[in-house]
Amino acid sequence: MLKIENLHAEIDGKEILKGLNLEVGAGEVHAIMGPNGAGKSTLAYVLGGRPGYEVTQGSVTFMGEDLLDMDPHERAAAGMFLGFQYPVEIPGVSNVQFLREALNSQRRTRGEEPLSGGDFLKLAKDKAGLLKLDMEMLKRFVNVGFSGGEKKRAEMVHMGILDPKLAVLDETDSGLDIDALKTVGEGINTIMRSADKGVLLITHYQRLLDYVKPDHVHVLADGRIVKSGGPELAHQLESEGYEAVAA
Amino acid sequence: MTALPTIRDEEWRYADFDAVGRFAPEAIDSWREIEVAAGETFRECVVIDGSDPFLSRIRITVGKGGRAELFAVNACADYARLDVQVSLAEGAHFEFGGVTIGGGDATREFVTRTDHSAPDATSNQVVRSVHWGQATGNFLGRIDVGREGQRTDAAQDFKGLLLEKGASANAKPELEIFADDVKCAHGAAIGQMDEMASYYMASRGIAPDVARRLLIRAFIADALAALDDEDEAERLFEAALQVLERKGA
Repeated sequence: MLKIENLHAEIDGKEILKGLNLEVGAGEVHAIMGPNGAGKSTLAYVLGGRPGYEVTQGSVTFMGEDLLDMDPHERAAAGMFLGFQYPVEIPGVSNVQFLREALNSQRRTRGEEPLSGGDFLKLAKDKAGLLKLDMEMLKRFVNVGFSGGEKKRAEMVHMGILDPKLAVLDETDSGLDIDALKTVGEGINTIMRSADKGVLLITHYQRLLDYVKPDHVHVLADGRIVKSGGPELAHQLESEGYEAVAA
Repeated sequence: MTALPTIRDEEWRYADFDAVGRFAPEAIDSWREIEVAAGETFRECVVIDGSDPFLSRIRITVGKGGRAELFAVNACADYARLDVQVSLAEGAHFEFGGVTIGGGDATREFVTRTDHSAPDATSNQVVRSVHWGQATGNFLGRIDVGREGQRTDAAQDFKGLLLEKGASANAKPELEIFADDVKCAHGAAIGQMDEMASYYMASRGIAPDVARRLLIRAFIADALAALDDEDEAERLFEAALQVLERKGA
């Protein structure tokens, strides 16, 4: 599904990713863990095509296509979802309007018919219920005045509505209390745990992995994957620390 | 006959004088007079979207407890100016919502002068300017609070959004206050498109032209928020956003 080969990327001329290799297959959940400054968020943004993140070497293939050749909105239409560590506030644009535009924009890019207002609202209500987010919240402006936990829940509602093939979730667990963590974890499982979908979970801590069991765990340090293993690697990291495990 | 205004005239200081020179002096002297009777409401929505220089001057007198509402989209392809002078009787209200939008090298401006010489009158003016190319958007808002204008509550709010280097916006609030129990608020801010919001939208699949339209619609919405007529508001939104389609990428 996703194949990253020898990826080098820089921001403002500073190299952050230094030859990263990673493959995510359909039906798999991969966790990427690593210390601050290892390049975790950079990896997420490079996959999402954020302007300013320049790929200098390597390739990324997504569903058989050259991902790096696509614009950010085309990547979304192709089935990639990027969950933000800090979801952006957009005053004046309601969640409902935003999500309807997003879904229909994706459908148009894929050459599909747009969804009617009624069908869209039904879908939004279903997904909001799943994430225990009050429908009233979706009528409010995108992320404006939302608490940290509400923003992350709203991200998961976006994911549920857009129904991607691959979710790249950048520290979705940061800023969540235990109840919200559980809800978000269950949300990820319900929406993304399927034989034809993949998840790349980027996180500092093991705790989200108690709810979303990864099939593979990777340690990212200094712009490369330095160690890969099964779920036990996450526990080892938690007890021994990055330095001991990555060394 | 009055002479044409010059740059030394305070309320013309940001005007495009090449265009002003093409106005007939009579046009400069010509004011449309509107009387709003006590307790009545007057509302007008204006779209300026021609391609020749445009000047409209309106003088509104609002009677006791009356209300005048003016909403305007200034999207002219050449210099365009809407001048409004309002005189408010006791307890009257003036509401102004204006949008200047466009590219090229045109100057688009709103100039208002609100006379609060009676007590308990209120006014609220919100202007949003969106420009690109070498275009300029101006809002000159003068408020005169006379000695008798106690408990005046007057607000002016201007925000400019410049999509490209070379575009500009000018805001010039001017307050003359001779009463002591008065609230006069004014704010002005000029900025660029929020890159992170654009990227966030793109990451969810929203194509760049759709994202831009949504963000600009949200930006100008404040100017039309007080317009309590959905169809008219939609007509003004469309008039403003249509100019954007012509901009291209």
